[in-house]
Amino acid sequence: MIRDDYEVVIGLEVHSELSTKTKIFCSCPTEFGGEPNTHCCPICMAMPGTLPVLNKKVVEYAIKAGLATNCTIAKNSKNDRKNYFYPDLPKSYQISQFDMPLCTNGYVEIDTANGPKKIRLVRIHIEEDAGKLNHDEYGSGSLVDLNRAGVPLIEIVSQPDLRSAEEVDLYLKKLKSILEYIEVSDCKMQQGSLRADVNVSVRKKGDEKLGTRTEMKNMNSFRSITRAIEYEVERQIEVLEAGGTIEQETLRWDEVSGKTFSMRDKEDAQDYRYFPEPDLAVINISEEMIEDIRKSLPEMPESRKERYITEFKLPEYDSNILISSKYLSDLFEGATKKCNNPKAVSNWIMTDITKILNEKEQEPNEIPFTAEQLGELVILIDKGTISSSIAKKVLDELFENPRSPEQIIKEKGWIQISDEGAIKEVVQKILEANPNSIADYKAGKDRALGYLVGQAMKETKGKANPQMLNKMFLEELNK
Amino acid sequence: MELYELTVHELIEKLDKKEITPEEIMKSYSKRIEEKEPEIAAFVTRTDKEAIESAKNVNREKSKFAGIPIGIKDNMCTKGVKTTCSSKMLENFISPYDATVIEKLNDEGIISLGKLNMDEFAMGASTEYSAFKITKNPWNLSTVPGGSSGGSAAAVASQMVPWALGSDTGGSIRQPAALCGIVGLKPTYGLVSRYGLVAFASSFDQIGPITQDVEDCAILLNLITGHDEKDSTSINTPKKDYTKSLVKDVKGLKIGVPKEFLGEGINEEVKEKVLEAIEEYKRKGAIVEECSLDIANEALAVYYIIACAEASSNLGRFDGIRYGYRTKNFENLKDIYKNSRSEGFGAEVKRRIILGTYVLSSGYYDAYYKKAQKVRTILKQEFAKLFEKYDFLITPTSPSVAYEIGTKSTNPLEMYLADLCTVSVNIAGLPGMSIPCGVDKNGMPIGMQLIGKPFDEETLIRAAYTYEQEVKFRENHKPTFRKAGA
Repeated sequence: MIRDDYEVVIGLEVHSELSTKTKIFCSCPTEFGGEPNTHCCPICMAMPGTLPVLNKKVVEYAIKAGLATNCTIAKNSKNDRKNYFYPDLPKSYQISQFDMPLCTNGYVEIDTANGPKKIRLVRIHIEEDAGKLNHDEYGSGSLVDLNRAGVPLIEIVSQPDLRSAEEVDLYLKKLKSILEYIEVSDCKMQQGSLRADVNVSVRKKGDEKLGTRTEMKNMNSFRSITRAIEYEVERQIEVLEAGGTIEQETLRWDEVSGKTFSMRDKEDAQDYRYFPEPDLAVINISEEMIEDIRKSLPEMPESRKERYITEFKLPEYDSNILISSKYLSDLFEGATKKCNNPKAVSNWIMTDITKILNEKEQEPNEIPFTAEQLGELVILIDKGTISSSIAKKVLDELFENPRSPEQIIKEKGWIQISDEGAIKEVVQKILEANPNSIADYKAGKDRALGYLVGQAMKETKGKANPQMLNKMFLEELNK
Repeated sequence: MELYELTVHELIEKLDKKEITPEEIMKSYSKRIEEKEPEIAAFVTRTDKEAIESAKNVNREKSKFAGIPIGIKDNMCTKGVKTTCSSKMLENFISPYDATVIEKLNDEGIISLGKLNMDEFAMGASTEYSAFKITKNPWNLSTVPGGSSGGSAAAVASQMVPWALGSDTGGSIRQPAALCGIVGLKPTYGLVSRYGLVAFASSFDQIGPITQDVEDCAILLNLITGHDEKDSTSINTPKKDYTKSLVKDVKGLKIGVPKEFLGEGINEEVKEKVLEAIEEYKRKGAIVEECSLDIANEALAVYYIIACAEASSNLGRFDGIRYGYRTKNFENLKDIYKNSRSEGFGAEVKRRIILGTYVLSSGYYDAYYKKAQKVRTILKQEFAKLFEKYDFLITPTSPSVAYEIGTKSTNPLEMYLADLCTVSVNIAGLPGMSIPCGVDKNGMPIGMQLIGKPFDEETLIRAAYTYEQEVKFRENHKPTFRKAGA
C-alpha cells in the first residue's frame, strides 16, 4: 500500500516507432522481423563514407503527433548527434534532436476518477532507433542485428505531472490511442514500437522540492509499467523512512522477481557530447506545411464518442470502449456503415469479439477480418439467414480463416431452416419421440416446451429458425 | 615524347584523332608507375594492370573521356578495391559501394590506376602520418609532398597519373599541390558530393581536382560536380561548364590581398613570389588592393576545435565490431573498443579524437565548440564583406616550400601551422585554388592561393588560366627527382 503521507511524482519519456514505409535516413524498409541484417544498407550499417538523408515523412508524422497533442511546432529545427559506444549503434552516435526539437509545450488530457487532468508535454522530437543484440543465442557471444537500426522514432517527453501508476496507465493508453488515430504509429508494444522510460520519485506531501528520481528504461507492457512503478514507489518510501537517501540511477525492472535492480554504477555517468549533425541541413517548417498537416488530421476519439452517443444512441460506456482503440472504432464504423445496425455491431464488439481477443491475448489491431465482413454477419442475422448461435460459429471462422460470412455459411451448410414444411417435419418427429414431454406440458410444466425446442435444434444442428420452432410447437401442443 | 608526359586535354585530343588508344595510354602510365613508384611511394593500392585490361573494352562513342586514367585518394570508396584511408584500421577494408564521384567517373569510362597515399584519415599536412609509407616529393626526394593528399599530388607531379582526386578539409588539396608545383582546387562546400568520402570533418570536407594545368582542373571539376540526393549538404543548382572560364583575361577584375597572410610566419621567398605574381595580374589589367581579414588570426584555433570535434564523432564507427581492425586482445566489450582503437589508429588520429572529445564534453562545450562556431560565423561575414569589394583574393598557399621528411612530424603544433593560409577557406566554405607561381633558390615550387566567392569557381579558373598562360610555369620547371642535397 502506498502511504498517504507521500506523494508520487512520475514523468515519462515515451518512444514510439513511426510507421513510415522507409527508415529515417535511408530507403530500407521499416517492416518488423525479417532475417537478421536483411533490412539494411551501407547507410544504416554505417559503412565509411555514407551520409544520412532525412525522410520527409518522418518530419510530417512528428508534426502530426505534435498537433494532436496540442504542441507548438518549431519553424526552425535541427538534428544533433548523441555520441556513445554500443554495438547496436553502428555510427557510434544516434542522430536525435537536442536543443531544437520539432514540437514543444503540448498536453494530453486523461480522465481520472477525480475528473479530467492535463498531462503537460515538454517536447516531441525525432530520432533513429538502434539495432538489436541477440544475446546467448549462438554460444557465448552476442550477435548484432541492424534491421531496426534507423527505424524512425518520436520521443514524447512529459512533465512530471503523473501522480500514480493508474495515471500513468491512463496516460499511456491515451497516448497510444492518439498515435493510432493519427496513423503515425501502430503502437505494437510486443514488437517494441511503443516503449517508455519511466522516471519515478516520491516526496512528503506538501514538499515543494522534487525527490531524487530513478529511471526505468525501455518498458514495453502496461502491466509491467504498473507493477514496476508500484514496486519502485514502495522501495523509495522504505529507503527514505529508514533514513536513507535515493540514488539517482537507472534501474532495470525484472519481470520474474518483480523487483528493480541497479543497472550501472555512477562512475559510468554518460556524457553524450551532443552537437549539431553537420551532415544534415536545418529543418525549416512553413506555416503552410503546418496548416496542411493540421487539416489532414483525422477525427479524434472525443469527437467520435460524441457522435456515437448522439447519432447512434449508444450508451457512454459502450462508446468509451469502442473509441479506446482506433482499430475497434474503425471496425465499428465500417461494420455499421455496411449493416446499418450500430447497436448490434457494438454488442458483437463489446462481447464476443473482445472475449476472443482476450482468449487469444491479441490486440484489436490483430483482428484478421474486415469491418465489411462483420457488417455482413450482422445482416445475415437480421435477415434471419442464420441464428445468433450459428453467428458465433461464423465469428470463430472469421478469426481463423477470414472470408465472406455468406461464403462461410454456404460452405458449412449453416443456413437457417425457415421453410415451414421442413420445420413442421422436425416438430412432428420430436413430438413423436417425446410423449412424456407432451404430457408434462399439458400438466402445466412450461419448461417442457424449452426441452422440445432444444431437441429440435439439436436435430437440425442449430440451423432451424428458433422463433418458428417455438411457434409451431405451441400450435401443435395447444391443438 | 611519352604519353605519360601529356595533360588530359592533350590525351583527349590524340584519342579523338585516333593517334593513340586507351590501352597505349594505360601501358604508358603502368610503365611510368613501375619506374617511379619505388622512389615516390604514392600508391597504397595499384590497379594499373587491371586498368590495361579495362582499357581494351572502352567505348569511345559513349564519352570523350572514356579510356582516360586517373588516380584516387584512398579515402574515397571504391567498390571492389581497398579503401584504407592509409590506416591500419582499414588496411583490408573493401567498400560495398562506390562514392558518388567514383560513379561519375565510371559513367564516363574513366579508369583508375590506383588508390593514393595520404595522411591517416586525412589528418596531417605531409603524408608522413600514413600508416603504410612515406611519400616523397618529386622535386626533392628527401622532402615531403605535403598533405594530406600527398599521394595524389606526388603521383600527378611525377606523372604516374595524369590527374587525381584529392580531398581538402583544411588545405589538403591546395597545400600538397603547392608543394608539388601543380594545380589543386578545393570547390565551394556543397559543390561536389561527399557521399562515399570517408568523413574527417563533415562541415569542411570537399573533394576536388589535382591536375597538371588549369584546363585539366576545369575539365575534372565539370566531371565531379552536380547535385547528389545522397548528400544533404550538396547544393541543388544547374550544372556549369567550367571550361568556358578558360579565358585569358583579367582586365578590370578586383583582387584583394589580405595582409594577414603576408606577415609573420610566411617564408620570405614565398612572399616574394606571390607578390611577383600579383604584379603580373596588375600588368594584365587587374585592380589590386591590400585588404585586411583580422579574424583570420583565429582561424587555426577555430579549425582545430570544430574539425576535431566532428572527427571525434565521425571516427567512432571504427569500433572493431562490423568492419576494419579488431584487436586480438580482448575479454569483454570495453576491451574490443579500447584495444581495437588504440592499436588501429595512429598517434595523430588519436590526438585529434582526444582533442575533439574534450571540446565537446559537458562543461567545455560552450567555451570551445560553441565559441568556435560563433567565430566561424564572424569569419564568414568578414569574407562576405571583402567579396563586396573584390572578385577574388590572393594569398600564399603554404607558409613555406616542401620541408625535409621527419623535421615536423614530431611537433604537432608546427605541423598545424602548415594550414595557416588554407583553413579559413574551409571554415567559410569558399572555393580555393592553388597554382604554382615560381620556385625558391633551391628550385622548390611555391604556390599561390586564389580564394573566390561561394560557387564562383569560374573567376578562380579564369584568373588562374590567365596567369598560367602568361608565366608558363609547367614549361619552364620540371620535377628533378633529385636525392637529398643533390
